[in-house]
Amino acid sequence: MATEISDAIIRVRDITVQFGKTRVLDGLNLDVKRGEILGFVGPSGAGKSVLTRTIIGLVPKLSGRIEVFGVDLDAASASERRGVERRWGILFQQGALFSSLTVRQNIQFPVREYLNVSQRLLDEIMVAKLGMVGLRPEVADRYPSELSGGMIKRVALARALALDPELVFLDEPTSGLDPIGAGDFDELVRTLQRTLGLTVFMVTHDLDSLYTACDRIAVLGNGKIIAAGSIADMQASQHPWLREYFHGKRARAVMG
Amino acid sequence: MNGDPTLERIARGNALALCAAGPWTARFAPMLERMVADAERLSGTRPNIFIDVSQVSKLDTFGAWLIERLRRSLTTGGVETQIAGLSDNYSSLVDEVRRVKAEPIAQTDRVTITGMLEQIGRAVAGIGGTLIGLIDMLGAVLAATAHILIRPRRFRLTSTIHHLEQVCWRAVPIVVLITFLIGCIISQQGIFHFRKFGADIFVVDMLGVLVLREIGVLLVAIMVAGRSGSAYTAELGSMKMREEIDALRTMGFDPIEVLILPRMLALVLALPILAFLGAMAALYGGGLVAWLYGGVEPEAFLLRLRDAISIDHFVVGLIKAPVMAAVIGIVACVEGLAVQGSAESLGQHTTSSVVKGIFFVIVMDGVFAIFFASIGM
Repeated sequence: MATEISDAIIRVRDITVQFGKTRVLDGLNLDVKRGEILGFVGPSGAGKSVLTRTIIGLVPKLSGRIEVFGVDLDAASASERRGVERRWGILFQQGALFSSLTVRQNIQFPVREYLNVSQRLLDEIMVAKLGMVGLRPEVADRYPSELSGGMIKRVALARALALDPELVFLDEPTSGLDPIGAGDFDELVRTLQRTLGLTVFMVTHDLDSLYTACDRIAVLGNGKIIAAGSIADMQASQHPWLREYFHGKRARAVMG
Repeated sequence: MNGDPTLERIARGNALALCAAGPWTARFAPMLERMVADAERLSGTRPNIFIDVSQVSKLDTFGAWLIERLRRSLTTGGVETQIAGLSDNYSSLVDEVRRVKAEPIAQTDRVTITGMLEQIGRAVAGIGGTLIGLIDMLGAVLAATAHILIRPRRFRLTSTIHHLEQVCWRAVPIVVLITFLIGCIISQQGIFHFRKFGADIFVVDMLGVLVLREIGVLLVAIMVAGRSGSAYTAELGSMKMREEIDALRTMGFDPIEVLILPRMLALVLALPILAFLGAMAALYGGGLVAWLYGGVEPEAFLLRLRDAISIDHFVVGLIKAPVMAAVIGIVACVEGLAVQGSAESLGQHTTSSVVKGIFFVIVMDGVFAIFFASIGM
């Protein structure tokens, strides 16, 4: 992982994160290439979400450097940082839709705040985004509490995509979805990546997602990246956790 | 401007080419929207229009949609419109956008007079619903109490003690402080005005009756409604939002028995204790001011207090306390369980828990005043 990748969109160097006395991330290095879908796996509690939240700045780090779009986030001024934040979209594990706003308002919220465009364009873009995530315009005036789990994920993705970001973070996008819904979601992420030229950083537990959606896989263990590469590299790896993960009962079922 | 998107018009014989260039992205959306609106007015002027997008350096959903919008409005205006020079990178995006249905969805919220009247009507009708809800909860709590009396082992002592600590023990400092200050103020005002008639000593009568009978319990009840009623509503409301109450129910537990009864009991025990402490603090504060400001010696104050105040005043105050506690608790729990899915709804119900709680406390106080007057207490 020490090799430099020239067109890295996210560059994480020597990140250490500690909660109290527990060291969650310990000198971690990671590069995410422009235009790829990176699947990020690891045992529960290994710190996958912590890394995501550290990159987007929600968790303070002890040491290390994070560059997104070539901007060092620690050295960036407030306006540079806002510029970076406008170029990424984040899908939280539980959706994190604003519960007192309708679907329409949720999707339009970031657009309305950042761009001074007409209500007509806001509405049209909202319908376009809903269409992209496979929802019908009729759901626009519902509240998040009136949506199913899969719809919440889709609306949250539409909100993450509202400003046409170049980079999206997906935190367990398929957890809590039925296998067919999850398959659709993987397909959707692939399609969007192709149409919009997105870079996707996806934390997942779903083997199907790794096989169908991801270009590259990074594995977290003991606070470090223990392996990164294609799905074939992962299967060939001798690391005990990887062997268990990719050759276990569930993995065999997925591979057929 | 260099680096800005453009839409140039170039005449090619009978046809017109609209040449889009530069970055057609979200950042420039306001500018793009204006350019597209200008170009839309061309509809009907030419039989043929080409939209040439070969010079577009960057395209995203916003740009792609605006080009699509332009194409649609020109086509509806009777112009043959074609998009030319689309690079392969962006063709799937344009295809995606082409599938968007354009008809704007009607926004439903419009303010009309009939709408406002309807709202008032619904609010008035809602009062009846509120009362029924309260009676319903009272019944449920009494039924749960009866269950517990039959099977005392199901009573949740730990939970009750926990809530007792929250609503009683932790409330003591603030309750004592505020009632002490109120006692001081009543005493000072009384002395100030009574002195004009040379009736300084009657301040003790006023202070005793007011504090023991009315202000002590009423003030403490209002504080408890604001402090603990709101907390109950917020706790139960967020549990409701996250389906925790449904989870309890599916495991075979009665939420009334598990969640509401311990809270109600804690409140019913806490309010008389707090009212008593509050009354004592107010008397102490009043006595202190009477001594320091009015020159009424403590011995004289106590002697006068013993003459002026019968045990009835004190009993009246304490009888009211548990009833008011029950009213506050029931209102708080009904509101908590009425919370819907959104954060806004939680806020609304917490507010209305406190507002209704205080309102019903004052109404109850009035009812008690009539009752005690009729029985001569």
